[in-house]
Amino acid sequence: MASKDDIKFLSNPTIGKQSKKYCRFKKFGIRHIDYKDSDFLLQFINEQGKILPRRITGNSLKYQKKVAVAVKRARHLAILPFVTDLLK
Amino acid sequence: MKHYEVTFVVDPVLSGDEIKATEKAYEDMLKNEGCAIVHVDEMGLRQLAYPINKRSSGIFYCIEFTSESGDMIGKMELTMKRDERLMRFLTIALDRHGVKYNADKRAGLIGKVKKKTKGKAQEETAAEAKASEAKAAAEAKATEAAKAAAAAAAEEVVTNTETAE
Repeated sequence: MASKDDIKFLSNPTIGKQSKKYCRFKKFGIRHIDYKDSDFLLQFINEQGKILPRRITGNSLKYQKKVAVAVKRARHLAILPFVTDLLK
Repeated sequence: MKHYEVTFVVDPVLSGDEIKATEKAYEDMLKNEGCAIVHVDEMGLRQLAYPINKRSSGIFYCIEFTSESGDMIGKMELTMKRDERLMRFLTIALDRHGVKYNADKRAGLIGKVKKKTKGKAQEETAAEAKASEAKAAAEAKATEAAKAAAAAAAEEVVTNTETAE
């Protein structure tokens, strides 16, 4: 009798299965985004300093707007760059 | 009563006293206008993300205050614009979440969480390092013992062979 462990797949069934994206602000109850916290905001911009889309970060619309405002405020105060390369 | 927050960047070329005087001047100005200062956050010398007026660093200050009406903000921003000691400034109105966030930050709740995780991680890494060291030591001992045993065995073999011969 072949047990369950003996069943082998030709391809790894876990590959290509994406865990569902979620809004971290909703999940962890973060209500305010600090524009002075550059380390936190770095999670929402790419290597060129562009704001990542919701498609990638998984933020809800409400918090994506707040993230965008916070990033723009940080850029004004030279906490984050407007344009750059190899930020991360 | 509304909460506001003004962040400004002071020229780092100025002497320490001048920088403090700049900060004090705006604090006094706000007090004269009838605002209550909640907290003055000295963020200190930080590297700028891009050069401003050929300076690559700046001294950041953040003053949180409450005001009945925001009438004096326009006036304050005008003086800030004319002030050559300042490189950048930003005034924002805080909503209730922002007020709570700043209070938590001052109480060390927000910094602490991050520090805790970092501390935990460090402790874990330290523990792991210790464990690995202990393991390595044990292994070294074991290998030494094994070597000794092997040597003894070899000697025995040698003696055995000798005796056999």
